[in-house]
Amino acid sequence: MDVLVILIPVSLFLGAVGLAGFFWLLKRGQFDDPEGDANRILSGDYDDKPKG
Amino acid sequence: MSSTFEHVSPAACPACSVTPAAEALAEVPQDARLMLSLPGIHCAACISTVEKALADAPGVQSARVNLTLKRAMVDADAGVTAEDLVQVLERVGYEAHELDPGVLASTEADRASKDLLMRLAVAGFAMMNVMLLSVAVWSGAEGVTRDMMHWISAAIVLPAIVFTGKPFYVNAWSALKHGRLNMDVPITLAILLAVGTSLYETIHSGEHAYFDAAISLTFFLLAGRYLDYRTRASARSAAQELAAMEVPRALRLSADGETEAVGVAELAVGDIVLVKPGGRVPVDGVVREGTSEIDRALMTGESLPAFAGPGTAVSAGEVNLTGPLTVEVTAAGEDTALHRIADLVAIAESGRNNYTSLADQAAKLYAPGVHILSALAAVGWYLYTFDLRVSLNIAAAVLIITCPCALGLAVPAVTTAASGRLFRKGMLIKDGTAMERLAEVDTVVFDKTGTLTMGAPQPVGLGDLPEEAQGVALSLATVSGHPLAEALAKGLRDMGRLPVPLTDVREVPGYGVAGNWNSTPVRLGRATWVGAEAPGVTATFLQIDGEAPRAITFIDSMRPGAAEAVKGLRANGLRVILISGDTKGAVDRFASEIGIDEVVAEALPDQKAARVAELAHEGAKVLMVGDGLNDTAALTAAHVSISPASALDAARVASDMVLLGKDLAPIADAFETSVKARARIRENFSIATVYNIIAVPFAIAGFATPLMAALAMSASSITVSLNALRLR
Repeated sequence: MDVLVILIPVSLFLGAVGLAGFFWLLKRGQFDDPEGDANRILSGDYDDKPKG
Repeated sequence: MSSTFEHVSPAACPACSVTPAAEALAEVPQDARLMLSLPGIHCAACISTVEKALADAPGVQSARVNLTLKRAMVDADAGVTAEDLVQVLERVGYEAHELDPGVLASTEADRASKDLLMRLAVAGFAMMNVMLLSVAVWSGAEGVTRDMMHWISAAIVLPAIVFTGKPFYVNAWSALKHGRLNMDVPITLAILLAVGTSLYETIHSGEHAYFDAAISLTFFLLAGRYLDYRTRASARSAAQELAAMEVPRALRLSADGETEAVGVAELAVGDIVLVKPGGRVPVDGVVREGTSEIDRALMTGESLPAFAGPGTAVSAGEVNLTGPLTVEVTAAGEDTALHRIADLVAIAESGRNNYTSLADQAAKLYAPGVHILSALAAVGWYLYTFDLRVSLNIAAAVLIITCPCALGLAVPAVTTAASGRLFRKGMLIKDGTAMERLAEVDTVVFDKTGTLTMGAPQPVGLGDLPEEAQGVALSLATVSGHPLAEALAKGLRDMGRLPVPLTDVREVPGYGVAGNWNSTPVRLGRATWVGAEAPGVTATFLQIDGEAPRAITFIDSMRPGAAEAVKGLRANGLRVILISGDTKGAVDRFASEIGIDEVVAEALPDQKAARVAELAHEGAKVLMVGDGLNDTAALTAAHVSISPASALDAARVASDMVLLGKDLAPIADAFETSVKARARIRENFSIATVYNIIAVPFAIAGFATPLMAALAMSASSITVSLNALRLR
């Protein structure tokens, strides 16, 4: 059972990393237009770099 | 639930969110940031077409489409107006409407929904971890191991529950302060009691701790609240953002002939104001100088512009079409006809706020019910065992296991699914209870001009004109801002006609346009002006000197989907009535064409509202569909109301739902969807009740375990959500 001493903190840490990632994405507006993003991948216009 | 939450929360008053927006509007930005509503977009090709068209428009720096909200955000140079961009989009085949760039209100709603999402994420994170630890306990961890698991759970849950449960605590507190009960009170009590007793148990190495139940309860309830908030807040702000049309300023003529722009409030009776062509009349008054035509459609529902010359009475809200008018003010501000309509709206509104939603009805039964139940359980067990610890544990178990989460999800899950479905069809729901009220409707009242018709006359039989006459007509028509001339010019251009060169073209306000074509005088305008007989239908006349005048007739075309909507509503057994301010002949002809038997013509605004109120008095639940100022009082008096996006601002504000596109067909669909939604909500309540009937006896008898609570809660929440998804 000693392994729990490592495993529980590790699982908590990984969960917290995921949570922090979610916050970051939320702040960056990644969830503002889910439907649009789903459709944009079908578009032929490449916008992989910022417009000059 | 959150409907109660809005009633008690002091921050939810509409005025509070409006005031900062008004301040922000006063600052003039350097570059224009425009927002357009695009009801027609639905696919990847739409996105790229719209973005490309907007980016190619002169002055536009960047444009980005948001498909989820069906909007486009455009950054442009200061001179670019939304009107230009709407035309650009029309040319590539997309309908667009301007949205008020005072987006502060919507960003505020955005921030609140992001805040809820953040809390939801934290609750989800804590719930997953605590569940993992709890599984160890459920599968038989003993002694020190179990205590350690409980302590770690407590370390995760305590901070998480303080943060995530805040919306519930705040609402529960403000409800209690006002001496009322809402859903948040038992929720808060359940959370606090569960965490408190679990902490006590953990300290004393007890067997059962409900940390997982407390946090998953919070998670499910936050999910419901988030859904609820998103559907309502975003829809409401969008409907209110649709640009305002009222004129806040007027041009006053001083004695020496100078004009100055003044606020409408500063005008007094006897002042002279100048109304430019295309402008809205700011006051009630009498024309002193100038001739023109005025569009009364929004005030009276008349489909044709009326002649205005010296002595003609005009009212605030009417649009001056062709020539400048000087108007002597007879009534300004609160005395205008426009304002009297606003008063009618206010009166109708005060009679409306007595609708109790299904969610509120359920909360009214539920909140006292669970409190009494758990208090009885606590008292009973205390008398039986004289052990406070046992009795409090039982009380907490009862509160948790009564599954308020299923109740909390029952309504928002359904309304989210249903309003999502209607939004995809082009309908925006502004009011949380609108769908429930729509489901009860048995009578539908339609306005004619601008609602069942496009409100814009279209020329017919243009092909019968000789080719050169078409060219002359086009050249003359482009000069005028009269709706008939504009429609004619558009019709001819769509046929591929090109204008012919004319000389000496001038508009004679109130009559028409004249010019010379190869030194032959030509005229386009009123029948009497060109020497023709006045016809019984909407028409304009083209006269080429030396030839007989030619009539060009117009019809106000029916809105797409209007016939389907009427047919669909009648197929559902609803009574359909047409009420219009237009003349009897025009209304009757139209009614027989669209298939409505009950007709009221030449109705004044207060008569419309009175008719709707009379129907309501007879026990009918009325759905009012209208667009004009003359409809606003009726829209407010009705049980539920719908207006098209092209409707006047006041009408959209007064109605519960807004049609985003030109098509009326979604109305019939909305009725069917709302009937289904109401059925789903009732099913969900039944499901939650059945769970309670099974689980509560266990809890009261003291057999409930944290594992049982977790199973009951998840199972009922998931069943309720899945049932709601059947609507999509």
